[in-house]
Amino acid sequence: MSDTAEKVKKIVVEHLGVEEAKVTAEASFIDDLGADSLDTVELVMAFEEAFGVEIPDDAAEKITTVKDAIDYIEAQKAA
Amino acid sequence: MEAVAPHATPATGTLMAGKRGLIMGVANDRSIAWGIARALAAQGAEIAFTYQGETLEKRVRPLVESIGADILLPCDVTDEASIDAAFATLEQRWGRMDFLVHAIGFADKQFLRGRYMDTPREAFLQALDISCYSFVSVGRRAAALMPEGGSLLTLSYLGAERVTPHYNVMGVAKAALEASVRYMAVDVGNQGIRVNAISAGPIKTLAASGIGDFRYILKWNQYNAPLKRNVTIDDVGGAGLYLLSDLGSGVTGEVHHVDCGYHVVGMKAEDAPDISVAP
Repeated sequence: MSDTAEKVKKIVVEHLGVEEAKVTAEASFIDDLGADSLDTVELVMAFEEAFGVEIPDDAAEKITTVKDAIDYIEAQKAA
Repeated sequence: MEAVAPHATPATGTLMAGKRGLIMGVANDRSIAWGIARALAAQGAEIAFTYQGETLEKRVRPLVESIGADILLPCDVTDEASIDAAFATLEQRWGRMDFLVHAIGFADKQFLRGRYMDTPREAFLQALDISCYSFVSVGRRAAALMPEGGSLLTLSYLGAERVTPHYNVMGVAKAALEASVRYMAVDVGNQGIRVNAISAGPIKTLAASGIGDFRYILKWNQYNAPLKRNVTIDDVGGAGLYLLSDLGSGVTGEVHHVDCGYHVVGMKAEDAPDISVAP
């Protein structure tokens, strides 16, 4: 697992208070991890802070799973 | 180079000892209202909180408990009966109060882009109702519980005075809010009640996530504010403590800028780098 993936999962576990085993790449924040609408906004803010990237609204709306977040952040960091 | 805010832990003391008040508008630990709450609690204030809806309740409850407060009430400021219920509980529990913090605003995100002139009537009325009239409405009820005087505080932004990108109808709502501060200050001044606003610089809060290009706005302020940094919720907390405690006893009708001085700037700083909106 990449460093980014590790860090994303750690943030999700801490923020949503879910078991680490549940935070798979395919897990949907809302459907699988019990996030509410504000959690998704807070998660995006936490990702922005932790990785020093900017995630604009239209991109944030498309980040619904753990993998979506990892992919977006890795693409930003590579750019 | 980014200048650093001076302190993260609020100063402890007794400036608010024996004072009781209500803070409305804490959403999570990034909220400006939470910065004020921390500053007041560290000075001995007894604080009640309100929240709107379950999504916010589950965020606010642990914060409230962390400072040993035990009054957490639901309140929807668009509903007079809901406001009445919250203040009835406060009156029952406390009988009287000394301060009120109003940190509530709302505008449909859809209209915080494009032209202000295109704001539909419904969106305009909703923004003015929640962001301005709610202060009038809760201020009236709070003042009725302040027979020995008190202090009311609300939050504003520079967009009330001048045009700032994406602020649109919120800027107009904040202008109305700042005017309300002045009128309310006169209404209740003879009862020893002070009414003020803090015009805070941009802070990355949950509410700010609705404002477009926010990171650009933060950068712009950091590069161009006299203090060369952005404000923190603790900066606002300190100023809130001043206005809500007896330190601010001669101050009313004021809109106090807590923005690292940005409001005095008329032009981009010579040493500020050129930045673009796109990341």
